[in-house]
Amino acid sequence: MSDNDQTSPAQPGGEAAGQEEGRPHRVIGTPPPALGRTLLGPGAARGAPRAAIEPADPVKARRAERTVAALFLLAMVAGIGFIAAYIGMPVHSVAKVFHSNLALGASMSVVFLALGAGAVIWVRVLMPNVEIAEDRKPLASSAADRRAFEETFAEGTERSGFLKRPLIRRTLIAATVPLVLAPIVLLRDMGPLPGTTLRHTVWRKGLRLLVFGSNRPIRPEEFDTPGGLITVVPDGYQDNQDELAKAAAIIIKFGPGQLLPPTVMDWTVQNIVCYSKICTHVGCPVALYEQTTHHILCPCHQSTFDAQRGATVLFGPAPRPLPQLPLAVDAEGYLVANGDFNQPVGPSFWERG
Amino acid sequence: MSWITARRRHRVAGYAVVPLGLAAIGVAYAALTGPGGQAAASDPGLSQQSIAQGKYLFEQSCSSCHGIDAQGTSVAPSLIGAGAAAVDFQMSTGRMPGKEQGAEMDRKPPVFGPRQIYQIASYVASLGGGPAIPTAAQVSTSGADVGLGQELFAANCAACHNIVGAGGALTFGKEAPALTASTPIQIYEAMQTGPEAMPVFGDGAITPSEKRDIISYVTGTRSETNPGGYSLGRVGPVTEGLVAWILGLGVLVLVAFWITAKRRDEA
Amino acid sequence: MSAQDELPAPSKALAGTGVWLDDRFRGAKGLRTFLKKIYPDHWTFLLGEIALYSFVILLLTGTFLTLFFQPSMTDVVYHGTYTRLNGVRMSEAYASTLNISFDVRGGLLMRQIHHWAANLFMVAIFAHLMRVFFTGAYRKPRDVNWLIGIVMLTLGMLEGLFGYSLPDDLLSGTGLRILEGVLLGIPIVGTYLTFFLFGGQFPGHDIIPRLYIIHVLLIPALLLALISAHLFIMFWQKHTQHPGVRQTEKNVVGQPFYPYFMAKTGAWFFFIFGGLAVLSTVAQVNPIWLYGPYSPVAISAGSQPDFYMGFLEGALRVFPSWTWDVAGHTVAWNVVIPALVPLGVILTGAALWPFIERWATGDNSEHHINDRPRNAPTRTAVGVAAVTFYIILLLEGANDLIAFHLNIDLYLTTEIARWAVFLGPAVAYFVTKRICLGLQRKDRDLLEHGLETGIIRQLPSGAFVELHRPVSEETRAVLLARTTPPPPPALVAADENGVPAPQARGIAGRLRASAYRVLTESIPLPGGNGHGNGHGDGRGGRDGEHGDEHAAIGAAQPPDGGGAVSGPDDDSQPGAAGS
Repeated sequence: MSDNDQTSPAQPGGEAAGQEEGRPHRVIGTPPPALGRTLLGPGAARGAPRAAIEPADPVKARRAERTVAALFLLAMVAGIGFIAAYIGMPVHSVAKVFHSNLALGASMSVVFLALGAGAVIWVRVLMPNVEIAEDRKPLASSAADRRAFEETFAEGTERSGFLKRPLIRRTLIAATVPLVLAPIVLLRDMGPLPGTTLRHTVWRKGLRLLVFGSNRPIRPEEFDTPGGLITVVPDGYQDNQDELAKAAAIIIKFGPGQLLPPTVMDWTVQNIVCYSKICTHVGCPVALYEQTTHHILCPCHQSTFDAQRGATVLFGPAPRPLPQLPLAVDAEGYLVANGDFNQPVGPSFWERG
Repeated sequence: MSWITARRRHRVAGYAVVPLGLAAIGVAYAALTGPGGQAAASDPGLSQQSIAQGKYLFEQSCSSCHGIDAQGTSVAPSLIGAGAAAVDFQMSTGRMPGKEQGAEMDRKPPVFGPRQIYQIASYVASLGGGPAIPTAAQVSTSGADVGLGQELFAANCAACHNIVGAGGALTFGKEAPALTASTPIQIYEAMQTGPEAMPVFGDGAITPSEKRDIISYVTGTRSETNPGGYSLGRVGPVTEGLVAWILGLGVLVLVAFWITAKRRDEA
Repeated sequence: MSAQDELPAPSKALAGTGVWLDDRFRGAKGLRTFLKKIYPDHWTFLLGEIALYSFVILLLTGTFLTLFFQPSMTDVVYHGTYTRLNGVRMSEAYASTLNISFDVRGGLLMRQIHHWAANLFMVAIFAHLMRVFFTGAYRKPRDVNWLIGIVMLTLGMLEGLFGYSLPDDLLSGTGLRILEGVLLGIPIVGTYLTFFLFGGQFPGHDIIPRLYIIHVLLIPALLLALISAHLFIMFWQKHTQHPGVRQTEKNVVGQPFYPYFMAKTGAWFFFIFGGLAVLSTVAQVNPIWLYGPYSPVAISAGSQPDFYMGFLEGALRVFPSWTWDVAGHTVAWNVVIPALVPLGVILTGAALWPFIERWATGDNSEHHINDRPRNAPTRTAVGVAAVTFYIILLLEGANDLIAFHLNIDLYLTTEIARWAVFLGPAVAYFVTKRICLGLQRKDRDLLEHGLETGIIRQLPSGAFVELHRPVSEETRAVLLARTTPPPPPALVAADENGVPAPQARGIAGRLRASAYRVLTESIPLPGGNGHGNGHGDGRGGRDGEHGDEHAAIGAAQPPDGGGAVSGPDDDSQPGAAGS
């Protein structure tokens, strides 16, 4: 707690004698301390007078006091404005929210900024300038303290008999093992085991394709312009997000002769091919289709699939092509699935194989 | 000596001459070139006069790339069956006449006026049919289900155009443009005809009513006030992060300079 | 100095309260120490406080939001103020966020302040981390505090990720989908982890409520505890300080807490809050109504996570499609490596760095004076290389936006990033190191020759010389404030009989010796002998009155006094530094 009694240079900046006057004074690092700002002059000892309590320049201080007071008053007015804006400005429409946000936010900003500015001016101008040095004590305890601690600890250990009685010690450790495992075990019911859930989707033979959003079934004749694309979902699951996260698919119409191996032609209907919409990288929906290049691009990480050739991977981090869904036409002429995908859709997982 | 000549050496004379000259050039240019503009809602009937005039314009401006009979060449596709809608879309957005062989054609101020575009579209439609220019009723958003439009747009369009229509990158230098300037008719035509890399969203895939819902979503979204302040491009976290670093941290560091600056007072 | 004034007596009420409390807690001595505590004053020391006060603001605004938010994934059909989404199916979480934004007065403002504060919190943590790293303030005794900081950085990232995922909008839901895909790819336990976290298949009905409780209770509680520990340790060990005339390893120079630091830090809090309020008034953030509710069937171009996760997003984009299908199992390297390796390298490297540095340099002494970054060229170069690595992956995370707005081919951005992620840090290391060494040479020049004054004087012999002026005391102290720790005894090449130290042999020993050499590489300070001619610094090579506490030029003197502060061997030679 004692104040530092280090000496500080008598002259500001400590220039050597013979210095030319008026030369540019270049400062690197922290600038030299101004005279009178330091706590103790040369040769100070205990009992030296305290640093200043009053600011040095009373005129400047009075002016600053008025500035600070004005800022605090401004903050008060803005605070009242905030409350008034809250009471007086309704929301419940986008335009009204815009105005309310503007008013509440602006008044709140003024409150805080004015308070902050006032406080800073108060510190920097109204409070006298001091710079104090305080000793650091060494962080490590003294050797005596450490010895005393060791003694106390050893005494306690002896008295507890923890080391002397291995039977107690070992059974205590044995008792804590299940106790530590129990919280982990309690988490088991957080979710079901994966089982084979990830290997299948709800698509099955005869299940109709519905256009997503409008939930209409679709006939091939209605989807006959080459270059067409639309998102489809299985009939009966249009609101089931869990199943859609695996079963969502896209159908693309090609012109005659455009579809090539390894696209399975048996699974297409009138050059309409169906691919899973779930990217095989980490599961984003791949809806970006360039009809000129026949590339399906996933916007998340730019995996690119060749729709002409069984959605093989052309670029990007996806490891596998998009699985193809077998298509057929039902009795009323609507597009239906002819079975599930022949492999798990979506991202890779350990058991996928 | 006229009053202008007397003031020719006035100190603002030079400054006055420049804006006057620019204004004169601007007025002359505007007078000489036609107004650019939107494709007008079309007249459903194709008049013979329109077709003939369109054929003339086509041969002048389009046939060098698309072939004298619009059958296509190595540098441009056939327009037979493309339909009036495709022509109206491409020309009213200024993409056609194509200026350069880039990865794709960008939207530019259109070269032809609405009536000329209609004439060329009529001619091309007469060659092989194809989607017609939508009527005002077909693109009207009154009574549209904008919620359904949101779902359809998010599932089928946002992957390329971004959820608010801010545009997005495609492969090999192509891009899906921002939808800020697209008119309802152009949006309809684009879905109908699938220009360039864009897929075709025929009436079987997205019905005419659903197309109106999507148009309602696009036009409603882009004109909506940003209640939170300046939108930062509506792109999301990228610009937000930049603002947090540059404006947030930057300004605060300047304030920190002020708070901790060494005082220069006391003699 | 002004005359001693009479100090006013405290008010009766204040004195009465103080006595009442002191009767119960014996707080006078402790509180007095607290009030008198000295805090060094420099703008670089305010960066950590930005994070602290942003956290406070997050707690305040977050509490407001919890009063209105519904953490439920139950489907509802929206019919409310935001008519563009009327009739759309969405979760209650999303609908309640729309409600907060459009139907609660001040709701949008609170949401925006909360999100901007979260961004600023992470920005400040990174800025503060870089400041601490580049000034070597993580060295003993502050290595534990550094580790606490790394843990808080990780917790902050998770907290932000979970927080912005709560509204269940399209953008953040896509992030959760990617999280699920990444978890699935983890070998052996991936599917189990995923099913347990999501309560079944993605998206399920459990993830938002679970993230909610982690976001509002678990992680904030952990952060509060860690922040308290972090501040207490800083308080107990006293803050570091930048080198200067009056600053030594044995003192701390600054202003007392009461009233100076209290007022300044209070003002800083107001400015941070005010700054966040300004941002929330004029800059829209996280407009979830534009993104729409999450659907696993929908996706937007230009989807990125918040910036502090962007680096992971970039790693996922840059990595090629490597995968192994072996014996009925799939190892998804294309997912596992980008998710774990870059972040693991950065966080583990950061956490271990103080200990690596200690192992290599053998420097076990306490450090309370910060290094200037140029005086630790290898450390600074490694730091800049790490930052470069981070920024390249961050940029790759936004590559589709960069491709769109700067008209660069999309695939080309990824190809460039694949090379840059290795070349960039290497080039950055090399360039930074050369710059640091160059700056050290400049410092040496300043010490040896002083500053140019621009005064030309003609000598009687007819020659012209420019007069130099020695640098000021303060500057001299700053320039001289560096130590090169001597090599640890384990690495001393040979003892007096020429027998090499046992630890210096073998691979570990040679590695350590090389590490020592590389880490302490610096331009040596001038010897200070015989420069007493006309343009020298006139000090004739004395170490000056600061020699006791600063390391002397070129020699390693043990710091005096100080109990258990261990220093380098008295007899060992200073580490030779190559240039």
